[in-house]
Amino acid sequence: MNDMSADGYVTEDGRKIGGTLMEMKNITLRFGGVKAITDISFDIREGEIRAIIGPNGAGKSSMLNVISGFYVPQEGEVWYKGARRPQMKPYEVAQQGIARTFQNIALFEGMTVLDNVMTGRLNKMKTGLLSQAIWKGKAEREEVENREKVEKIIDFLEIQAIRKTPVARLPYGLKKRVELARALAAEPSILLLDEPMAGMNVEEKEDMSRFILDVNDEFGTTICLIEHDMGVVMDLSDRVVVMDYGKKIGDGTPDEVRSNQAVIDAYLGVSHD
Amino acid sequence: MSDQLVYAMEVFLNGLMAGVLYALVALGFVLIYKASGIFNYAQGVMALFSAATLVGIMKGQVPFSHLINAIFDTDVHHFGWHLPALAGILLAAAFMVLLAWMVQKFVFRHLVGQEPIILFMATIGLAYFLEGFSDLMWGSEIKKLDVGLPQGINLWIDETTFNIFDYGFFIDNLDIVATVIAAILVFALVLFSQYTKQGRAMRAVADDHQAALSVGINLNFIWVMVWSLAGFVALVAGIMWGTKSGVQFSLSLIALKALPVLMLGGFTSIPGAIVGGLIIGVGEKLFEFAIGPMVGGATENWFAYVLALIFLVFRPQGLFGEKIIERV
Repeated sequence: MNDMSADGYVTEDGRKIGGTLMEMKNITLRFGGVKAITDISFDIREGEIRAIIGPNGAGKSSMLNVISGFYVPQEGEVWYKGARRPQMKPYEVAQQGIARTFQNIALFEGMTVLDNVMTGRLNKMKTGLLSQAIWKGKAEREEVENREKVEKIIDFLEIQAIRKTPVARLPYGLKKRVELARALAAEPSILLLDEPMAGMNVEEKEDMSRFILDVNDEFGTTICLIEHDMGVVMDLSDRVVVMDYGKKIGDGTPDEVRSNQAVIDAYLGVSHD
Repeated sequence: MSDQLVYAMEVFLNGLMAGVLYALVALGFVLIYKASGIFNYAQGVMALFSAATLVGIMKGQVPFSHLINAIFDTDVHHFGWHLPALAGILLAAAFMVLLAWMVQKFVFRHLVGQEPIILFMATIGLAYFLEGFSDLMWGSEIKKLDVGLPQGINLWIDETTFNIFDYGFFIDNLDIVATVIAAILVFALVLFSQYTKQGRAMRAVADDHQAALSVGINLNFIWVMVWSLAGFVALVAGIMWGTKSGVQFSLSLIALKALPVLMLGGFTSIPGAIVGGLIIGVGEKLFEFAIGPMVGGATENWFAYVLALIFLVFRPQGLFGEKIIERV
């Protein structure tokens, strides 16, 4: 890893990492008396793959839900593109260019793959209710343009063959990929992936890892992902945040994190004698 | 051709047209149920309320005039204008949008994520509230509604059929107009939900709330839109039924007729609402024609419900509803 200055740096494989895109400052999240997240701060830089790892119940998903607006933290600030983000509804966060996937997949089961991916572009379509209802000229051109972008993403993720298939009929691994396609269709500034490899076999995991790397490489998309499988994460990510029991216990490059004693203890357990 | 068969044909045609009107009411239910999982018991009352509002607006009636007169000891009843039908319909439609917004803001926004039975109870409450509110606003007397739709026997059909069968069919012009309008409305709704941005968002919300939020859909906006659409469908149904038999309390009971239609067609299917409506319309008229005389008539009162019951036993998801599959 080269010099990590504030303005960015170039990784060993030649990708440009920019300045800070998002910063979490002293986030604390409670559910009643239970603290899910305690005073956590970290940043996400433009163009990087940032991972949040930790054992089950560490608060990783809660963190992702704070970023995407599904949970509102009791304390702390979220800074995005250099400004403090006011409290927002999840759909407003999405409109700001933060797309996400879900651990247990949230697709529109009754719709085809193509329709699912098209919903990712709803916010890119600007024509109003009336001209949509009348359906001519501008609205039609817009639909065609968006359709082209969507087809590109479908090609990229190699799901052309199932374009017209209702999502409910797809196997688990493909559903995960369709969800990724829908999130990508929004051309997000930050892509949040909640356990993208959960429940997959080795082959599917390798496919998904390749797609994540390709997305980052091809579109320059900033990615923040959650995983509890250490091995996968270390190969994928530029920097890693490690959480345990709602606290941050490590933050740095995969190599730094791997040699961090607190992280080793959290994953392997410590003897208390 | 035997006389019986010719009569049956006339009954069949009339049944089809009655079915279209049932379908129109059922459509309002399907719209809301699909998008929010709410079974809207108030749909029938919405038809009554919208029709009463239309009459009130067209006659230039002062809303709440009884209340105002009682409190301030005044004697106001009319603004003194008469609006043309088209203007009245547009204003009434705008009023239904306002109502949709208020229903979402004051009732269902606070019930997001509740059990379906709670949402259903809320719509029963809404139905009684709107019923009373409608009486308070426009008075409870039976009102005549005339928006210039043609009424009475269609002479062309009468003469044509007379030349062919030696017996003239009685088909009401209003039924024909209602059929055409309902067909246009259904076609427009299908186009809207399949091919527009808002339609796609509506289907997305109907499918999965969480996923809809994550792609940036404002659920509240979609729900207000869906209630507005249902309000508009209610207005159209209210105009048809109101023109036919006057704007009165019994109008709200057509909601009960829509129930068997929904059980036949499936609660989630727009084509299902249409086909279900037609089957019930034709079925009850033909049944009354063929079997009615043997059992002392009045079979129209129960035929639809018995048919629905049979469907519940053998095909609970309806003709077009989503199949209920439980994964174990």
